[in-house]
Amino acid sequence: MCGTCGCGEAGVRVTELGTAAPGHDHDHDHGDGHGHGRVVALEEDILGANDALAAENRRVLAERGVLAVNLMSSPGSGKTTLLVRTLTDVGDELGMSVVEGDQETLLDAERIGATGARVVQVNTGAGCHLDATMLARAMAALAPAPGSVMVVENVGNLVCPALFDLGEAARVVVMSVTEGADKPLKYPHMFRTADLVLLNKVDLLPYVDFDVATWTAAVERVRPGVEVLSVSATRGDGLDTWYAWLRAGIASRRGGTATSE
Amino acid sequence: MHELSITQSVVDAVTRRMGDARVRRVRLEVGKLSGLVPDAVQFCFEVVAAGTTCEGALVEIDEPCGHARCRTCGRAFETGDMLPLCACGSADIAVEGGRELRIREVELA
Repeated sequence: MCGTCGCGEAGVRVTELGTAAPGHDHDHDHGDGHGHGRVVALEEDILGANDALAAENRRVLAERGVLAVNLMSSPGSGKTTLLVRTLTDVGDELGMSVVEGDQETLLDAERIGATGARVVQVNTGAGCHLDATMLARAMAALAPAPGSVMVVENVGNLVCPALFDLGEAARVVVMSVTEGADKPLKYPHMFRTADLVLLNKVDLLPYVDFDVATWTAAVERVRPGVEVLSVSATRGDGLDTWYAWLRAGIASRRGGTATSE
Repeated sequence: MHELSITQSVVDAVTRRMGDARVRRVRLEVGKLSGLVPDAVQFCFEVVAAGTTCEGALVEIDEPCGHARCRTCGRAFETGDMLPLCACGSADIAVEGGRELRIREVELA
């Protein structure tokens, strides 16, 4: 926790693989307003501080022409495997870098780093999600190149990350066929704000009781019209479509800025 | 347990706005479709307010519903359900509101 104001960063650590220990580099607004009335109307958004910082992250990313993708799912859906495969196939082409979010360990950052990609690990300690402050710190350490794709792998959790805007350009929710077709209905907050939904591990469909039509209808009910892709990060099914989605995203980002590659 | 960090944001905002003033009561608005569990906020508040000017403060939580309108039959109704169904059987429903997450007011000691 920050010793100055006690802000909610207990145990958060940002680590760039192969570099020195994490620092404490964020700013605080130590306001000194004093209420004089007995009842004081505040009318303040509870997530206002996070949302303001997310807006600043979004502005910085747009200015650099960086496409930030917030990748969210429950633990074990294959986010990291998908990322490793993606980095191997198109990492250089898209200039990809990665922010890894986990409660503990550098394991995922090491997997990502083994592909040669630049990666920063954020360990949230007891925290169950990334927030805009953590991403700001990670971005300062990572410094994604202009015109590149930065993927933020959120903490594996189908509930909490949904409420926190990081400043990303797109939210991608990954689900796997081993998780059950009713999950979009049971965890609607996560799917409600998705820009793209990936159904992973489709190579396992012959072996599990997962009805794709039921799942698709559930996604459609929670997030009508959202784009859905079926993929297998291990066998390669559907990955060309996922890469095409990333290429289209970064093309529109680069087109919106004066950045030259 | 995102309620912990969100409740921390409440205490941060109140102490930032109110300075050293001692807070006796905090009134929040947590919409029924916001994804926050009011009981968990109550529980977390006691923990995160300890040692601050909010320690011991009473937390009151208003829980506004969402305003739903059925696109099939036009019926309007209040809902606390993320995926409401209309009495006519339709699931094609537009929902506004119910996602509020606000600090309304504080009462100082």
